Amino acid sequence: MNAPILSIPILSIIIFLPLIGAFALLFIKDESWIKWLTLVVCAIDLLLSIQLMNSFDTSTYVMQFQEIHTWIPAFNIRYALGVDGINILFVFLTTLVGWVCVLASWQAIKHRLKEFMIALLTIQTTMLGVFCALDLFLFFIFWEAMLIPMFLIIGVWGGEHRVYAAFKFFLYTLAGSVLFLIGIIVLYFAGGKTFDMLALMERSYPFQIQVWVFLAFFVGFAIKVPMFPFHTWLPDAHVQAPTAGSILLAGVLLKMGAYGFLRLSLPMLPQASQYFAEMILLLSVIAIIYGGCLALAQDDLKKLVAYSSISHMGVVTLGLFVFNIKALEGGILQMFNHGITTSALFLFVGLIYERTHTRSIDDYGGLMKLIPIYTTFFALFTLASMALPGTNSFIGELLVLAGAFTDYKVYAALAVIGAMLSAAYLLSMFRRVALGTITNSALTEIEDVNARELLAIIPLAVFVIWIGLYPMPFIDLMHVSVEHLLQQASRVQGAVPY
Amino acid sequence: METITTIRPLLAVLVCALAALVILALDKRANLRDAASLAAATINFLIVASMAPTILSGGIIEYKLFSVLPGIELGFRVDPLGMVFASISSLLWIVAALYSIGYMRSLKEHSQTRFFACFAVSIAAAIGGAFAANLFTLIVFYEILSLITYPLVYHKETDESWEGGKKYLVYLMGASKTFLLAAVALTYAITGNLDFANNGVFSEINASPLLLTIVYICYLAGFSKAAIMPFHIWLPAAMVAPTPVSALLHAVAVVKMGVFCVLRVVFHVFGGELMGSLGLGIATAYVVSFTIIMASIYAMTCDDLKARLAYSTVSQLSYIILGAVLLAPSSMVGAVVHIASHAFAKITLFFCAGSIYCASRRMKVSELPGIGRRLPWTMAAFFIGSLSMIGIPPTGGFISKWYLIVGTVEAKQLAFLAVLLLSSVFNAVYFLPITYKAFFEEEKNLPALDSHEPFEQVCSQDIREIPLVAVPLVITALLSLALGVYPYYFLTLAQKVLP
Repeated sequence: MNAPILSIPILSIIIFLPLIGAFALLFIKDESWIKWLTLVVCAIDLLLSIQLMNSFDTSTYVMQFQEIHTWIPAFNIRYALGVDGINILFVFLTTLVGWVCVLASWQAIKHRLKEFMIALLTIQTTMLGVFCALDLFLFFIFWEAMLIPMFLIIGVWGGEHRVYAAFKFFLYTLAGSVLFLIGIIVLYFAGGKTFDMLALMERSYPFQIQVWVFLAFFVGFAIKVPMFPFHTWLPDAHVQAPTAGSILLAGVLLKMGAYGFLRLSLPMLPQASQYFAEMILLLSVIAIIYGGCLALAQDDLKKLVAYSSISHMGVVTLGLFVFNIKALEGGILQMFNHGITTSALFLFVGLIYERTHTRSIDDYGGLMKLIPIYTTFFALFTLASMALPGTNSFIGELLVLAGAFTDYKVYAALAVIGAMLSAAYLLSMFRRVALGTITNSALTEIEDVNARELLAIIPLAVFVIWIGLYPMPFIDLMHVSVEHLLQQASRVQGAVPY
Repeated sequence: METITTIRPLLAVLVCALAALVILALDKRANLRDAASLAAATINFLIVASMAPTILSGGIIEYKLFSVLPGIELGFRVDPLGMVFASISSLLWIVAALYSIGYMRSLKEHSQTRFFACFAVSIAAAIGGAFAANLFTLIVFYEILSLITYPLVYHKETDESWEGGKKYLVYLMGASKTFLLAAVALTYAITGNLDFANNGVFSEINASPLLLTIVYICYLAGFSKAAIMPFHIWLPAAMVAPTPVSALLHAVAVVKMGVFCVLRVVFHVFGGELMGSLGLGIATAYVVSFTIIMASIYAMTCDDLKARLAYSTVSQLSYIILGAVLLAPSSMVGAVVHIASHAFAKITLFFCAGSIYCASRRMKVSELPGIGRRLPWTMAAFFIGSLSMIGIPPTGGFISKWYLIVGTVEAKQLAFLAVLLLSSVFNAVYFLPITYKAFFEEEKNLPALDSHEPFEQVCSQDIREIPLVAVPLVITALLSLALGVYPYYFLTLAQKVLP
């Protein structure tokens, strides 16, 4: 299988190429060289991940492109990487978002450009590492390492209250990580002193242990997602972060919480996952509706998109914990979709902010007449975000809801209300920003998107339409792996006490 | 039944969509741009017409694009019901294109390019919906239609039109995001596909009646373009749009898309048998009867001509649904033919309203006495349209209403017979006096309240027919008559809808 590139450690290359790039940046002084080098690194990474998808064998759930090396024998810690139909999507998403981030920061970052690009590339490595890791210890290392560059991106290049937001982000995530670490250690001992994730999935643990580990993991992941009521760091972080920071946060970092549930909680702690499923469904539905209501009340573009993220990630967690194949596939697809559309929305907020230096919706109006290309794409992503049929999110939402309606009709019905809210706040935002009369005379001289910006926008737009009309390749990619995951997650060993 | 695979349904959609691009490209050259509109409308009609013989002889045309999800495909399938909707939309687009050109030019409207481009895409969406092979394809086009008509509704860009546009979008999008999404997701969850089938997709599946009833209600509410009360509010609100939009879209394409979707659900998702056994048919009949009567009463109270026409549309759309849900053979035929007869008549009436506005800037019924002598063609056409609305021979309205009435007898539901008759009386009450007063009462020299022109000009004696506006409305009035004399095309198709 996939012989041509098995001979080279492609996953390691994809993961560490950005870090090598970051190291190389240290020796470059010229700003435009820095930008171009970063862009080239991201482009190569993106091409490699496309190549990875092409040579991926969709007929098996077995981890592919595995790389396993002993690392710290004393604790049975290994350097183990591999991809299956689930995480390969996120490897690709991460590299794509990286490309967009570099282009989005091209002019937005005015000071300490080199340091910024280094942080950007470093975080790229850590994110890719989280998605590829097959060793729990390695997973945790990458998971934690991600915090530092993100903390810097918000804290150094952020807006007015950047330090407050950065610390809030850091403390929240750190609190979650501590519990996560405790959970990992418990699993290590309960699972026969190994960090091998695949082995840990095969074992079965006493229900009591599962419950405690699940709760520890839950807090860690729920903060990352973020699920209600752990979401309060998100709006601050998003609003203060520079555009690229917001894109990274929304596009990839939020997916990590959900990925944690997928990769760790569901297969390793199946009984506890089933036991707590209803609680998570309830929290998801609250997030969907509450996030939607909050978004409805916002006058700040970035806050609106940030709160919409909470609502949309609720759909993802809803899909993950319904325990049927449609909802699970829908949830995973929705993770990918959210990565595309919300990144795009943050990019668009960033683009217009660069030109006008205001994010207040009331300062806009009539952009359609001034910058038609910008507004057309903006409309596309707004519609995608509200899951209009024919766009990517609709497919995800349809699958999640169809799955949820099979088993949990009430939660599904409540989620539909959230879908309506998303139509309300997104359409009203678009109406106020793009249509109507031009009220702000300062807007009249702004420029439409340029070629560089189009390079960032078009790939995202392609995926919106592609997944919206022809999602089969993506479903095929993950189907076998998801089936296997569902099998693992549906294991019932021993009676589940209620 | 023979099934033919050809790309023509897709071509019909693409022609309209391409036309929009050409129109955008010809922004600065008004004559060429408007010629492109007309050319696209003609080509589109020819493509649709070329498929008619096959359908009339009992064939089906299919064109599959690709599989979207397991059980869901993107594809086209031309069947008799879709053919009815598509022939009406494509034929009337030619007339409406001609009319729009006259209307927009005589008013010197702004943003004409945007107007014509959106117009073309709307038709693309309507045709796409008519030929949709399954629910997924149908709702994709359904939503495109909602969105692309929004710029047409707010076209004037006044505070009033923004307000109307907002209502339009809130009702259409809100209903479809809530109810339609739920209905489609539930259908997919229950059946595992989103296909249409002649005896319904639920017939083989053992789902609880309560659940199926909820799904049905969600569909009915979700397709709010059908304007069943209380989901009708967007339609009067949409009357802020320029008249050609009200004429082709809010009397033909958009509202018929809603009704068409409801018919699809009744015939091909639920199927007559299930509708009957769940008791949904009769329940719906009561709901739409309420709409028929209430909307007629509203219409009588409206002084604004377009608002009166809008409420009349609300009422007439429910006729179609009433005929379908009665599930009697004749009533179903009547429902399908009524799509055509209402379309021809209502577009005539709207064209007349627009013609009156272009010529005199008058919009209120109370300002119309005496205008018939200045605008004889317009008011004569208005008269024919009114006759068809009421259902008097030899107009198309008579044919469809006849089948509807026979249907209520077949279904042994005489209460609905009473509803139809009462509503016909109402139709007469709110339409006939307009023509009567226009021809036989003295003219009052009232200025229109919100006219753009100075007072003197409005009162001037210079009110006369505008040729480019008057010709199309005469054509549609004649079509309305023709349908009454020669209804066999639509009758044949209607009888093939349910074999």
